[in-house]
Amino acid sequence: MAVESKSLETPLPLAQAEEDPREHLMFDPRPREEMNRMVMEAMTTTSRRYWAWVIGLALVVLVCLFGAWGNMILTGMGLAGIRRPVFWGVFIVTFVFWIGISHAGTFVSAILRVFKAEFRRPFTRASELMTTFALAAGALYPLIHLGRVWVFYWLIPYPNARWLWPNFRSPLVWDFLAITTYLLSSTIYLYLPLVPDLAMARDRTTGWRHAVYRLLALGWRGTEAEWHRLRRAINIFAFAIIPVMFSVHTIVSWDFAVGVVAGWHSTIFGPYFIIGAILSGVAAVVSILFVLRSTMVHMDYFIRKEHFDALGKLLLVFSMAWAYFFFNDYLLTWYGGEETARRILTFHATGPAAWVWYLMLICNIVIPWLTLWNRTIRRTPWAMFIITLLINVGMYAERYTIIPLTLGHQRMPFDWGVYTPRPTEISIVIGTFALFLLLYLLASRLIPLVPVWEVQEGQMAHTLRRVGKAEVPSVTELE
Amino acid sequence: MAEERPAKWGLVVDLDRCTGCNACIAACSMENNVPFVGEDEVAYGRALYWIRTQRYWEGEYPEVTPTFQPVMCQQCGNAPCEPVCPVYASVHSEEEQINLAVYNRCVGTRYCANNCPYFARVFNWFDYELPEPMRSYLNPDVTVRRRGVMEKCTFCVQRIVHGRQKARAEGRELRDGEVQPACVQACPAEALVFGDLSDPESRVSRMARNQRRYHLLEELGTLPRVTYLKGVGSHGG
Repeated sequence: MAVESKSLETPLPLAQAEEDPREHLMFDPRPREEMNRMVMEAMTTTSRRYWAWVIGLALVVLVCLFGAWGNMILTGMGLAGIRRPVFWGVFIVTFVFWIGISHAGTFVSAILRVFKAEFRRPFTRASELMTTFALAAGALYPLIHLGRVWVFYWLIPYPNARWLWPNFRSPLVWDFLAITTYLLSSTIYLYLPLVPDLAMARDRTTGWRHAVYRLLALGWRGTEAEWHRLRRAINIFAFAIIPVMFSVHTIVSWDFAVGVVAGWHSTIFGPYFIIGAILSGVAAVVSILFVLRSTMVHMDYFIRKEHFDALGKLLLVFSMAWAYFFFNDYLLTWYGGEETARRILTFHATGPAAWVWYLMLICNIVIPWLTLWNRTIRRTPWAMFIITLLINVGMYAERYTIIPLTLGHQRMPFDWGVYTPRPTEISIVIGTFALFLLLYLLASRLIPLVPVWEVQEGQMAHTLRRVGKAEVPSVTELE
Repeated sequence: MAEERPAKWGLVVDLDRCTGCNACIAACSMENNVPFVGEDEVAYGRALYWIRTQRYWEGEYPEVTPTFQPVMCQQCGNAPCEPVCPVYASVHSEEEQINLAVYNRCVGTRYCANNCPYFARVFNWFDYELPEPMRSYLNPDVTVRRRGVMEKCTFCVQRIVHGRQKARAEGRELRDGEVQPACVQACPAEALVFGDLSDPESRVSRMARNQRRYHLLEELGTLPRVTYLKGVGSHGG
């Protein structure tokens, strides 16, 4: 396995180094059995507070999501605040928001895996779970916002009595195909690295848990051949899922960019949306990691300040990239010279809802740029929690600006209009947030949230070597 | 019987003649079973009118100069609403060469409405019940729409079809002006003129060649079938 051994940066004696490398998870190994026990304990420990949250969230999902949605199906879309000319409101805003969040898992576990970023190891699973559940919450919206949801299957290409395929020119059909592909492939990608951990859980549980894990572990025994196949499969998926991830949000952006609507009709939307999605997704990973670290036992061993630090740096870079694309949107519009589009951009900044626009800029640019350069702030988990929540508020405001505010200010002044969300819409949006949290809460106690084998693999590759009198951190590259 | 020449239906709106009386809206609503949504909903922006009079004011009250511009579906030759519909509920009819909404197929994504630069499409936000005596004069030729579907002006396609069938039965060609949508029929000032644009001698063709002609947002390349004649009078649109 070990083919190459190299030292990290300049070898400094430990005493002179900035920090003790043992602060890093990779240089602070514990025996496999102990890590197994810690993960199992984290998974099986439930407090009274946990169940209170589960029951509370389940009630919110039942009432706010399914209750309000059911009522809207029976009464009509009119319960939502949308009206001419703003036909898409917070349903689509939240849809784009969730699809954006769903980019985190793939970004963290596929892109960082491909680039061999070692800090990803303990939280790949946590972010992949986010991908799956964010997609589950987001994929509800195309249904929720349908005027006649009871015939939603007409969007699916299936042989039918009408001899009619869906219209493959419509971006909504592309959307449907892209999201389905992403949901399926990200679920498989979540499942593959989970198999050894499920086997680990199977061997350490009894009763119903044992039965479930035995079924899901697919008879994993941990032989060399099994590991070989698993690694190959994960590798193939890691590379294959990256273009899928890029395609999903590009296609979501085409829902807008393909239209003739002034302010949407922009070629920059594809990369602009992807950068925004990764920004909000990685921010959401940080928020979730903070919650996991502070509520689950033993998590502070796996999730450390170094992880917040590393993700904070990433966020700073993505915030800058987002700012570039945001600026670019204005630049191209100005250069393109279309009067309506130019007026819309002015309207965003000066119109009655300009506070949304400023909120977006403050949360997406000002706050990250003012705070994330600072190492101390990056290494303060609660500060990172607040910053990342604000980034997601900013990203929500961005989508709100792009969708209802742009629609309300189109070419003919007679048709200008504003839109305010109504209680039904707000309730459904809260409902899907609760759904996401509920699914995550349940999953956190059902599947091992830390990929123990990946952590152990990393720890085996990282060693402190003695060079003369100094201890030098060194990494052995695997495969 | 002679081979039928495919017609290219078009409408001319002479803004010099429009008085903003809204008779076209009333007639259209009666003809096409457009439900009444109530005062509050209209004020909220949920009126289901297939044709509306855009009102623009110049000056400060009471010294105002109103201008009126009736806007309906422009029956674009290159309609932005058509490619975005995932279920082919917004389609081009081959025979009439106009843009039709298939209510039964609509699932209500409302993408077409966003993508229509004229905002000519309206959505059934609720099921609307007509009060009792009015239920009796629903037009049997037009589908009554339920909640959750999109609808819009069809150039009164039922009248076009009816007129063509009648002409065919009598073994003759359609006469100019024989088919008229409800709005054209009701317009007291004859500001709206409807007819076959492929016939260069039809009244609508002659008017569409007027020097005052323009198309709404024609820079978008939608190829609208509705021609506006710019108002030049002191109260012109």
